[in-house]
Amino acid sequence: MSFVLKSPVPRVDQVGVIERAAKFTKRSIKNVAKEQGLKLAVAMMDLTTLEGADTKGKVTHLCRKARQPMVTRFDCPPCAAICVYPNQVAHAVTELEGSGIPVASVATGFPSGQYPLKLRLADVRDAVGSGASEIDMVISRGTFLEGGLQEVSDEISAVKEACGKAHLKVIFETGELQTYDNVRLVSQLAIEAGADFIKTSTGKVSPAATLPVTLVMVETVRDHYLATGKKIGVKPAGGIRTAKEALQYLVMVKETVGSDWLTPDLFRFGASSLLGDVELQLAKLVDGNYQSPDYFSKG
Amino acid sequence: MSKKRPELKFEGGWDYAPAPESSPVPLKKRYELFINGKFVSPKEGKYFRSVNPATGKQLTRIARAGTKDLDTAVKSARRAYENVWGPMSGAERGKYLFRIARLIQEKSRELAILESMDGGKPIKESRDVDLPLVAAHFFYYAGWADKLEYAFPGRSPQPVGVAGQVIPWNFPLMMAAWKIAPALACGNTVVLKPAETTSVTAMHLAEIFEEAELPAGVVNIITGEGDIGAALVEHPGIDKVAFTGSTGVGKQIARNLAGTNKRLTLELGGKAANIVFEDAPIEQAVEGVINGIYFNQGHVCCAGSRLLIQESIHDDFVARLERRIETLRVGDPLDKNTDIGAINSKAQLDRINELIGVGLDEGAELYASGCELPDEGYWCRPSFFTGVSASHRIAREEIFGPVLSVMTFRTPAEAVARANDTCYGLSAGIWTDKGSRIFKIADQIKAGVIWGNTFNKFDPTSPFGGFKESGFGREGGLQGLGPYLKF
Repeated sequence: MSFVLKSPVPRVDQVGVIERAAKFTKRSIKNVAKEQGLKLAVAMMDLTTLEGADTKGKVTHLCRKARQPMVTRFDCPPCAAICVYPNQVAHAVTELEGSGIPVASVATGFPSGQYPLKLRLADVRDAVGSGASEIDMVISRGTFLEGGLQEVSDEISAVKEACGKAHLKVIFETGELQTYDNVRLVSQLAIEAGADFIKTSTGKVSPAATLPVTLVMVETVRDHYLATGKKIGVKPAGGIRTAKEALQYLVMVKETVGSDWLTPDLFRFGASSLLGDVELQLAKLVDGNYQSPDYFSKG
Repeated sequence: MSKKRPELKFEGGWDYAPAPESSPVPLKKRYELFINGKFVSPKEGKYFRSVNPATGKQLTRIARAGTKDLDTAVKSARRAYENVWGPMSGAERGKYLFRIARLIQEKSRELAILESMDGGKPIKESRDVDLPLVAAHFFYYAGWADKLEYAFPGRSPQPVGVAGQVIPWNFPLMMAAWKIAPALACGNTVVLKPAETTSVTAMHLAEIFEEAELPAGVVNIITGEGDIGAALVEHPGIDKVAFTGSTGVGKQIARNLAGTNKRLTLELGGKAANIVFEDAPIEQAVEGVINGIYFNQGHVCCAGSRLLIQESIHDDFVARLERRIETLRVGDPLDKNTDIGAINSKAQLDRINELIGVGLDEGAELYASGCELPDEGYWCRPSFFTGVSASHRIAREEIFGPVLSVMTFRTPAEAVARANDTCYGLSAGIWTDKGSRIFKIADQIKAGVIWGNTFNKFDPTSPFGGFKESGFGREGGLQGLGPYLKF
C-alpha cells in the first residue's frame, strides 16, 4: 500500500475517545443556553427524507417544514437544508424557491456506493443539473476495507470535480468502517481529496452517528484547520433523535473546535425525527412545563 | 512564525448558563465529636471555623477535640473491640458494612454537595467520582468480612485491635472510606481524625453509622488540628496507625512510632511521571494529561504532575495542552459545568503560588489559562511550565495544585531514568500505541500504581500505595486487608 497522506494522522485509543465523548454529555444546559442551543440545532438541521416511497407530496411537506419548522410562536429559524434522493431534487428546488434554503441530494449510488464509478459520477452530475447545491456522496467502503486508499481518494476527487460549484459532503458510513483509527484516517483522506463536509452515516446502517465517532471527525477537522487555515464542516447523520443528544453534539463542537464551528456552514445534523423533540423542549422552556406530545406535529 | 497562524476561538458565541446544584443540604451550624456512638461536645468546649474555600467565608464550626476527648474515644474503641466488634462473626460485620454502603448511596447527593461546599471540589467530581467510589469501597470490603480465611488460607487471620487513622483534605469522604472499610471488615475498631479544613462530611458519615446502628464505639471520629492527629497516632491505646498526607508529617509519624509495637502504613506524597511516546494516541493522551494534573485542582497525591514528552512531539503536544486548558471551566464548585473548583485553603494556595514563583525564578516558562477567576475565595488558574529541568524545584517537589511541569526525553531508557528521578514513587502513566512497550516500561518504573493509556483510575479492588517516600503499605484490594490483620 503506497498511499501517503499529506498530514499523517495520530492513532486513536478507543477507551479514551469514548470516555472523552461521555464527558460532553455531563454538561448541564439550562435556560437561555438551552433555548439558544435548540434553535441553533434547528438551523443546522438537514431535514431528510430518503425512502423508496418518497413522493412529490412528501417532499413538498418536508420543504414547507424546513421553511417553518414549528409553530411560529417559538420564533425558530428555518432548517439548514433539505436532503433528498436525486429524483426529488428538481421538485424540491421549485418548492424552496425564494427561501434561500439549499437542496442537498444524496448521490454516487447512495447508500451502498457499489456501482461503477462512471455511473456514480453521472448520478452526481444529474443531481447537480437538477439544481442540488449540496451533494452527499458515499465512499466505497468495500474498497477502503480492501486497503484501496488511493482509489477512494481518487473517487472523492472525481466526485468533487463533478460537483462543480455544489458543496461536497463525504459520507463514510462509520458503522461499516467500525474502528476509530479508520474514521480518523478516512476523515483526513477525504479532506485532502477535496471534501467540504465530512459526514458519518447514510442513516441506513446501524450504528449511525455516535458522539465518539463525530468527536474523532471534529478533531481531524480542527487539526486540518490549525495546519492549513481551511475550515471543513462535519455532519453527524442518523440516530440523533432527542434534543438532549443534539445539545451534547453542540457542546462537543464548542469545546473541541471552538465557537467558529457553531454555524450551519460548518456543522449540520442529518435527521428526520429530531425536530419533534426540539419543539417539545422549546415549548417546555417557554411554557414552563411539558405538554402532551399530541400538541406537536410529528411528520 | 507568521502572525496569522489559524487559532481556535473558545470565547464568545453560545455559552452555558449557570447550572448550580440547588437541592438544600442539612449543613449544621456546629459539628460535635462522634464518640462511643454519640455526638458529644468537646470537654474543653472549643470549636474552630470551617471555611468554604469558594468564598473564603465561614461555612460552619467544628469541635476541637482535646486529649481528654481523645482518651475517651480510644477507650470506647477498645471497649467496642473487646466486647462487640472483635468477637462478632465476619458475616455479621459484613451486614453492617453493606448497610452503611447502601445508606451512602441513598444520601450520595447531599454528601456530594457537602463535600463540594466544604472542600471546594467541583460537584461533577464529588457526584461522579468521590461518592460512587466511597460506596463501592464499603461494598467491596463488606464482601471480604466473612471471607478473610479464604483471602489468607491456612493463616487464621485475626484483627489487630484499635486503629488510629488520620486522613487528608483532598478526598475527605473517600479517604475515610479507604481507612474505615477495611479496618471494620477485618474486625478492628477505629478512631478517625479528618483534616481540619474538611471535617464536615466525616461527621455526616458518622450520622450514617448511627442510622446503620453500628455498635457504639466501633467508629469514633474526633476533629481538630494537626496536634490532635499527632496525639492520636502516639496514643498508647492504639495498635495500628494509618496515615495519608504529606511526606513531612509521614516521616515524623514514622520517627515517633519507632520502637513502639504499633503497626504503621503511610500513603504520602507523589510526583508522578506521565510519559507520552511519539506513537501515542495523541488526542487521548492530551485528555489523560489534563485529567492527570487538573483532576480535583491537582490536589491528588498520585497526580501526573510531571509530563515527560518525547522530544519529537513536544511542540505539537504543548500547543494542544495550551488550547485545551482554555476550555477548562474554573469557578463555583456547585455549578454542574465547573471543571476546576476552589483551592482547598488559603495556606495551600500560598504554597502553590510560592512554587509557581520559584518555577518562574528558575527560568521555566509558564502557560496559564486565560480564564477569569472569582473575586472571593481561593483560586488558581490551570497552568503548566515548559522548559523544566530535572533539577528545578517544580520538577522535584509536590505542588499539589493545578500546575504541571513539562520535560522531554529522547529514548525509552531516558524516559524511565527521568520517571524514576524522584524521591517519590506513587504512580505513573505510560502513553503509547505499542502494548508491549507499556509492559516493558511499567516493569522498570518504581511506582505503586501504573496506568497504561489512561490516568487517575481508581477501583476498590485494586491495591494503591507507594514506593520510596510515597509511603508503604497498600490500601484497596485483597492487599488492603493485610495491614488490619495479624496471623
